Amino acid sequence: MEDEVVLLDFWPSSFAMRVKIALGEKGIKYKCKQEDLFNKSPLLLEMNPIHKKIPVLIHNGKPISESLIILQYIDQVWNHKSPLLPSCPYQRSQALFWADYIDKKIYGIGRRVWMGKEDQEEAKEELMQCLKTLERELGDKLYFGGQNIGVVDVALVPFTTWFYSYETCGNFSIEAGCPKLVAWAKRCKENYRSVSEALPHPLQIYEYVMELKKRLGLV
Amino acid sequence: MRFNALESMSFFTSNNTNVNRGSTRKSTNLPTMAVVKLFGTWLSPYVYRVIWALKLKGISYEYIEEDLSNKSPLLLQYNPIHKKIPVLLHDGKPICESTVILRYIDEIWPQNPLLPADPYDRAVALFWIKFADDKSPLLSKLYRTEGEEQQAVVKEWLEMLEAMEEHALIEGKKFFGGDEINMVDIAFCMVAYWLGLIEDFAGLKIFEPHKFPRVSAWIQNFKSVPVIKDNLPDTDKMFALMKHRREMLLTSKSN
Repeated sequence: MEDEVVLLDFWPSSFAMRVKIALGEKGIKYKCKQEDLFNKSPLLLEMNPIHKKIPVLIHNGKPISESLIILQYIDQVWNHKSPLLPSCPYQRSQALFWADYIDKKIYGIGRRVWMGKEDQEEAKEELMQCLKTLERELGDKLYFGGQNIGVVDVALVPFTTWFYSYETCGNFSIEAGCPKLVAWAKRCKENYRSVSEALPHPLQIYEYVMELKKRLGLV
Repeated sequence: MRFNALESMSFFTSNNTNVNRGSTRKSTNLPTMAVVKLFGTWLSPYVYRVIWALKLKGISYEYIEEDLSNKSPLLLQYNPIHKKIPVLLHDGKPICESTVILRYIDEIWPQNPLLPADPYDRAVALFWIKFADDKSPLLSKLYRTEGEEQQAVVKEWLEMLEAMEEHALIEGKKFFGGDEINMVDIAFCMVAYWLGLIEDFAGLKIFEPHKFPRVSAWIQNFKSVPVIKDNLPDTDKMFALMKHRREMLLTSKSN
């Protein structure tokens, strides 16, 4: 019996993009269902009653929530190719540490940057500090995963499609502060179809951000 | 043996360590294959998570008490990103963040597994561990606040307890892990022990057993597990210290 894989998605979400990259890397066929986060479907509310958030992966009717957990689930079930996590326990712990770091920092700080309220300057500084820390961690490696992309690359690269929005709303340049990180993002998109197909164009994200800001009364 | 870091600031690995590398042999006279060290503070729930995991697996370790108002150069070297405890050192290599540490311990020493092997069950366990982790700042928020601000924190606590009661705990299961505790039980430790202490010294009543019967039963079961029962911070000392800290915090806020 063929697997039934459904992804509850919201196209601008960096968290959902992570899952799309992983599914693409593993060559998994899936149905993508767009959610309206201002009018959540009964399916979403049933599949993720605790947080009511996307992404949710539904595999043969069973839901898995939280993007990093979904990535690990995908990696464990479809382990025939493109491993996302290192096989060595110590390296795995380091990968999970950095994925957790990205989760704790980038979304929240980035949001404060594009919202453009009183704490924007502080948020810009914090964002650059985090990205510089990540750039240092990347070092001279091609990818955070080494020769190939791994869970840390997949966790971070979707946020790079939001960089243009952060920069434009905050009037600063991320590339000027983190050239190696921006080069890494380009490399991921050029060398991995799963990445280039999962990430919307930065201008599309910017258009969405401006609409959202209008909706929130911030412009 | 009750672990009381105030009375024995560090204790050393015995000559008969059983630091197994994936094997489940009982080690009696194996040489020390690797040194395991844990940097922590005696009242942190995050530190106890690691202590319990090591003890459940039968791993000996050296404990180093940190003074968070004066962090040691070693701690800053081993956790330069967050500068926090706990930090586990294994073979000289540091692992930070309690959940990352727990998962590492579970992989290196597979006896008494702390996560399900089945991918779906594992994903569900990881979901609840993350849920507990995301809620854990509520613990310090509770004793650092008062008035309306504290009421908002109490509301969040109640929402968390409802989620545990309605969705996480299954009727008839002794623990989140089934018949034995696992990483999910360990992750929710602040509900089992630290919440009650804060309620006492802050004069609050958040947890009402009749409103959360499953959580209430789970707390009793969890605290009865020998490894947990024998390794908890000293209640009186913690009560006194945290009460004092709360008074200092609230006084400095109003000045």
